Amino acid sequence: MENKIKKVDLIFEKVDYLEILDRSFKRTQDEIILDIIDSGLRGRGGAGFPTGLKWKFAKNEEADQKYVICNADEGEPGTFKDREILTQVPEKVLGGMALCGKATGASKGFIYLRGEYNFLLPQLNATIDKFHEEMKNMNFDFTIQIKSGSGAYVCGEETALMESMEGKRGEPRNKPPFPTTAGYLGKPTSINNVETLVFALMIANEGPTNFKEMGTFDSRGSKVFSVSGDTPKAGIYELELGMSLEDFVDEFGDGDTKAVQIGGASGFCVARKHFKETVIGFEGIPTGGSMMLFNSTRSMYNILNDYLEFFEEESCGQCTPCRVGCQQLLKGIEAVKKGVKPPSFLDELQKLSETMRIASKCGLGQSAPNPFNSIINNFREEIIY
Amino acid sequence: MSTYKVNLKINNLNVSVDEGTTILDAARQLNFKIPTLCHHDDLCVAGNCRVCVVEQVGNRLLPASCATPVSEGMEILTNSMKVRQARKNIIELLLSEHNADCTKCFKSGYCELQEIANEYRTGDHIYLDVKSINPIDISSPSIEKDDSKCIRCQRCVRTCTELQAVSALAVTHKGKDMKISTFLDKPMNDVVCTNCGQCINRCPTASLVERNYIDQVFDAIYDPKKFVVVQTAPATRVAISEEFGMGPNRSTGKMVAALRRLGFDKVLDTDFTADLTIMEEGTELLTRLKEALVDGKDVALPMMTSCSPGWIKFQEHIFPDMLDNLSTCKSPQQMFGPLAKTYYAEKINKNPADMVVVSIMPCTAKKYEAERPEMRGSGYKDVDFVLTTRELGRMIHQAGIDFEKLDDEKYDSILGESTGAAVIFGNTGGVMEAALRTAYEIVTGREVPFANLNIKPVRGMEGIKEAAVKIKDVKPEWSFLEGVELKIAIAHGLSNAKELMNRIKDGSANYHFIEVMGCPGGCIGGGGQPIPTNMEIRKKRAAAIYDEDEKMVIRKSHQNPEVEEVYKSFLHKPLGHRSHDLLHTHYTPRKRY
Repeated sequence: MENKIKKVDLIFEKVDYLEILDRSFKRTQDEIILDIIDSGLRGRGGAGFPTGLKWKFAKNEEADQKYVICNADEGEPGTFKDREILTQVPEKVLGGMALCGKATGASKGFIYLRGEYNFLLPQLNATIDKFHEEMKNMNFDFTIQIKSGSGAYVCGEETALMESMEGKRGEPRNKPPFPTTAGYLGKPTSINNVETLVFALMIANEGPTNFKEMGTFDSRGSKVFSVSGDTPKAGIYELELGMSLEDFVDEFGDGDTKAVQIGGASGFCVARKHFKETVIGFEGIPTGGSMMLFNSTRSMYNILNDYLEFFEEESCGQCTPCRVGCQQLLKGIEAVKKGVKPPSFLDELQKLSETMRIASKCGLGQSAPNPFNSIINNFREEIIY
Repeated sequence: MSTYKVNLKINNLNVSVDEGTTILDAARQLNFKIPTLCHHDDLCVAGNCRVCVVEQVGNRLLPASCATPVSEGMEILTNSMKVRQARKNIIELLLSEHNADCTKCFKSGYCELQEIANEYRTGDHIYLDVKSINPIDISSPSIEKDDSKCIRCQRCVRTCTELQAVSALAVTHKGKDMKISTFLDKPMNDVVCTNCGQCINRCPTASLVERNYIDQVFDAIYDPKKFVVVQTAPATRVAISEEFGMGPNRSTGKMVAALRRLGFDKVLDTDFTADLTIMEEGTELLTRLKEALVDGKDVALPMMTSCSPGWIKFQEHIFPDMLDNLSTCKSPQQMFGPLAKTYYAEKINKNPADMVVVSIMPCTAKKYEAERPEMRGSGYKDVDFVLTTRELGRMIHQAGIDFEKLDDEKYDSILGESTGAAVIFGNTGGVMEAALRTAYEIVTGREVPFANLNIKPVRGMEGIKEAAVKIKDVKPEWSFLEGVELKIAIAHGLSNAKELMNRIKDGSANYHFIEVMGCPGGCIGGGGQPIPTNMEIRKKRAAAIYDEDEKMVIRKSHQNPEVEEVYKSFLHKPLGHRSHDLLHTHYTPRKRY
């Protein structure tokens, strides 16, 4: 089994981040960005936008001020890897931010920290203080400040996050303009997931080759997974991307795995019969890291019900498809379960979920129907009876 | 602005538009109408209702056409099967949380959601009912707020914040509980709301409407013991026609005829007291200038107009330290009330206790104003009921009067005579222009030095206007004003007013006299005017007002013969004892929260 699942140690490996930065600061912005592009690194928050391109867009903008934001609003149910990264290797996160600052021309960085992670503040602030001293010694103008979230899931969406940082209600903005053009306070901003920043630092450390050689064509490198649910090995693992779900379940399952929810509440539920052909990666099912395993004791109705309750509450409420759609999906499966609506009503709801997917304003509404569709498609009978 | 052109295809037709144009506006140029709800020409882009989504070839998602700028080579389909399916679903979703009580709804026939639902033949109620019905907030005498009709488009929030800088309305809660609310969910009457009603003008449904008093007014009309007089504000006469599909038009004569047919005992004119306001306020300004320039007294300057009750309440909440700058003059509506129940009652030999004074106003804040405890100068409630232009339209419809076919009629006398200076009160800059026409002539003995009395620098839709008038060759009694350059400013819409106040506070601007109107465009854009509103409509109403002014025989307030008469036989002189009791008021500092 060990040879099917390749464990990697890039994220938590202790490195001398100052030495990496020292080398990087001597390079040009384009050199740093080219390495990131070449490595194939894509955002590790879930959406998977090519990181190097994002940095390049921000770099190409003319502005008196640019920003780097580290998105540490880790709110996706079943995801807990950023907390661990910030606990174990916070200096590598700061290093990644400084690298991004150098590459894009930003002199200010922010960590948007999930409100529930405020217990990390003393340690993080101490690390930041030390970091500031080091940056001064290295004559590099870059400071980092932490902004705490207040518990809204939608604030993990990058533009809602910036609204929140600006002291406004956390509601996603219209795109375009994208953050690299007009982000925090209307200035060019590169916003990256915690894990992405650490990978960027490691790519700057060892060049793009090692990273690029791992994974698949569409999903280069490795990824930190948060494994939970019916598993004897719950925890955090850095694994090479592109593995099959079957191999994953062989490694982490309890022998009775019925389904795996990949990518948290906004991700997809894969049933046992599809484990073999399902690839974990951008060409298959992408994930921000959450892998929830369910065994045969679990009711898929209850699981779906939980997810939909979550979205009904965590939609920001501004756009119609998401605000009302989430309510309809939840009330809809309840009505079908109780026999108030016929099973065919699920087909109507699947049409609705397509509307939500393509017409919602932001990623939340666009992905909220994912668990609904994948559970209905695979476990329709459990929802009806 | 860049003039760079972007080429794209909409429904397979080529179009070339300016860079930065939205897909919605580009489609409009090709005469394709895309339905919208949260979009409003007066407001910033929201992109949250999603009914305007379109298909962009090659894009997995359907972008909101109101919020997406065009890009080179874009191919857009505004009515593809994908779009139709999504749009129908979205409309159905809105209906599933909407209290679609259309037959009883005040906005039925004017409701944008209803219109779109009809257009798409939805209403199958494919989804479950998820609406929640809560008590309607009727705490305010001006505005009714019914959350069960709200579609969360946030037009009201953007209006309250962007146009009016008040922010009484805000979005609270999230998910299914997301709603439009006030600070700490307090009733509308207990928050910073100025009652301007601009939110009502932009609400696509009936979530925000004026408190309506149509039945109470009909009750009074049909009560044989009551003598019911009605007064009409300047701006109503150019907009009431819109309620009958006739567009913004001068229709004073038809409006008077309709009011008479509705059964009002006398049809009188707020324009009369607008002229009176000029006499009082002009005198007050000259008195303040004299006190400042001659007596060296510490008087509050610049003096600010006080005709707009939305502006008054704004000032009481936001700049309570500047209340002394406000003219003590009541608004024309509130000058009319006490005069009707004293001077007029005596003339026509009626007991004021049996009189009912009704106002037809372009305004919702006037409803609140009439309820103020200080508005009882006559010993009675000076103005009993205030109706908006829209409510008057509704009454005329209910009474089965064919407005378009009515012949012009004239106001009753007395309190029915007015001048061109009064009618322009309806436009931003109008009070200033009227005041200058009179004050300049009083001080110099000559007409204002502008062609045909039209003081062009104070006109137009610019948010803040400034001007200076050099006063020369004054009459001997006004010698202290010789050579003085009178500096004036005009703001309309409360965000412009706020900006102007801040300039005055930080000392970056200095004026003698300021006109502020709470609503964009002045009263012609008031919160009680016909819906919809936009810049084009407001400009048409404004043009109709100036047209009305030019056609008046008398165009200066001090030459109104009824005004001369009321001073001769009753008030004696501006700022006199009786004026003080009946026509002037005081203000109350209020808190922001």
